[in-house]
Amino acid sequence: MATTAEQPTTRPIAAARRRLADRDGVLSWAFVVPSVVYIVALVGLPFGLAIAFAFSDVSAGDPSYDFVGLRNFRRVVDDPVFWRSVGNTFVFTLISMALIVLLGKVLANILVADFRGKWVVRFLVLLPWTTPVALSSISWLWLLDSIYSPIDWVLRQFGALGPVENMYWLGQPGLSMTSVIAVHVWRLTPLAAVIMMAGLMSIPKEIDEAARVDGAGYWRRMFEITIPLVLPVAAIAALFGAIFTFTDMAVVRVLTRGGPNDSTQVLASWAFYRGIDGGDVAQGAVIALFLFPLLLAAAVLILRAVRKIEVR
Amino acid sequence: MAVVEVRELVKHFDGGRVHAIDGVSLAAAGGEYLVLLGPSGCGKTTLLRTIAGLEQPTSGDVLIGGDVVTGLPPRARRIAMVFQSYALYPHKTVLANIVFPLKAAGMGRQDRDRKALWAAELLGIAPLLDRKPRQLSGGERQRVALARAMVRDPQVFLLDEPLSNLDAKLRASARDELKSFQQEVGTTTIYVTHDQAEAMGLGDRIAVLTDGTVRQVGPPKEIYDEPADKFVATFIGSPPMNLVEHDGSLVGFRPEHLLPAESLPATGVVEVPLAVDRIEYLSGDRHVYGTVWRIGERSRVVARIPATVDTPIVSGETYAFAVPERRLRFFDAESGRRRAPVALGG
Repeated sequence: MATTAEQPTTRPIAAARRRLADRDGVLSWAFVVPSVVYIVALVGLPFGLAIAFAFSDVSAGDPSYDFVGLRNFRRVVDDPVFWRSVGNTFVFTLISMALIVLLGKVLANILVADFRGKWVVRFLVLLPWTTPVALSSISWLWLLDSIYSPIDWVLRQFGALGPVENMYWLGQPGLSMTSVIAVHVWRLTPLAAVIMMAGLMSIPKEIDEAARVDGAGYWRRMFEITIPLVLPVAAIAALFGAIFTFTDMAVVRVLTRGGPNDSTQVLASWAFYRGIDGGDVAQGAVIALFLFPLLLAAAVLILRAVRKIEVR
Repeated sequence: MAVVEVRELVKHFDGGRVHAIDGVSLAAAGGEYLVLLGPSGCGKTTLLRTIAGLEQPTSGDVLIGGDVVTGLPPRARRIAMVFQSYALYPHKTVLANIVFPLKAAGMGRQDRDRKALWAAELLGIAPLLDRKPRQLSGGERQRVALARAMVRDPQVFLLDEPLSNLDAKLRASARDELKSFQQEVGTTTIYVTHDQAEAMGLGDRIAVLTDGTVRQVGPPKEIYDEPADKFVATFIGSPPMNLVEHDGSLVGFRPEHLLPAESLPATGVVEVPLAVDRIEYLSGDRHVYGTVWRIGERSRVVARIPATVDTPIVSGETYAFAVPERRLRFFDAESGRRRAPVALGG
């Protein structure tokens, strides 16, 4: 009698154990598969295609695949515009990143500071990041217009520019690169600032107070305490920014289309103009592949920085 | 001479809505170990932080070594502070942590290394100098924080609950070490804690705080035996002082003074009946919970009977208990302050 009375209570427990939500093995696969499919379809497949196209003569007009060996690589390397783009990409990325990290740190300090009306400042700081790049770049296009530029107007008011003079912000090689970098920095600084703000906020308040009691002034605290502690996070912000910058063509595309005379042409935009606009898919693929080793290095560095944070 | 003094110190937060410190005047003499004791939120940490210069008082002055330092930043005050979390610099080695204050003071490399080694040896952490804080145990971290505090030869040590992150066993030995360490260096120390055992064990004097005001300052024995008011009487002691209402005053007596009448001399005592309802047996002592009357209104009280008294007691019975008259303390029921003894009808 006792055993029959027990059975109805034990059976539901046994049944519950077999439910899907309790089977870790199945669940882990179920959760991982979507992202694997996503990565394979949208990253792995295009990457494989890019490598395949790089050794072919595929073009927009003639999509049939013929293997041509290293011919595309030779043609790309012989093209002076390619080397110009490589140089521009590095100039663009390095200067942008230096400015973004510096301004990001300054803005992060403003974001964590406590003062009246801080929410207005926070909103304004984040605005560039939340604005769609196409929209903001078009506003910049107006600001940098060759004849009607408001910046020129301001300069004229202060007498820095003659009454009929213009700066031609996007029309001169040096100035156009400056403009592209300025807009890009304006766009990415808020992201860097937010990442670094998170880093700053993760430093316990007592550590800063201990340093103050220990007799350290503002700069010593900044360079011996705050910056070393934010460094791993700042490194991640910088490397992410570098990847964004390295592969970005939105600002170049909207502002200058690589001009004048390819003086603002970067690898990403050059690959686009060659491969998509120009229809030479194979060459576009080769140019894009040159981005790969550099991005790989950046990714490795990011993972190392993350590990350093975990260890701390 | 007072090394640290605060005068009429007031600190308000949120535009006066929170009165963290409400007019505190206090002085610590040279070499003294002053403990600030109070429940959480009583303002003791704010007081310590104001002395350190991490908070600016709303009004009042802080004096260190006879000079008014109220407006000065922490680094100009020649103080050292040990934080509750120890606040070691996680990216620096133990040695770099200890020399940091010396570096900030502009001391040369050799001098500061020698000084750090001296402090490390005094605290027994010399073998750990190359480690990072994350590789240390809680007790080792505390010593590093102490070493970092002492290398500057501060005028005063400010310690903010430095033992609260240690486990109970380690806490007892660390308390012991803290006391002997301070006796060795002889530096004035202000120590904040909410733990009365720490306060009693460490302090030369204890300042009991609540609601941002100092209720009583005195040596541990005085705080315990002669509480200035109802708050101190019930905050100090475990279990706290019993209070019985009697004609607008409160009659107080410590649990260890409420004993079976037969174990006390017949004269000089006040007899009370105790209806026992519960008995706890704690580390040799019997804690007897029950209700008393006759000396005032019926009140629940605790008696702590030492192991040396073996009068049989069971719950549910009423026994004749007594309190020596000189052990009775009287408080005004309304203000809670101490008052002159009143005659107990009994």
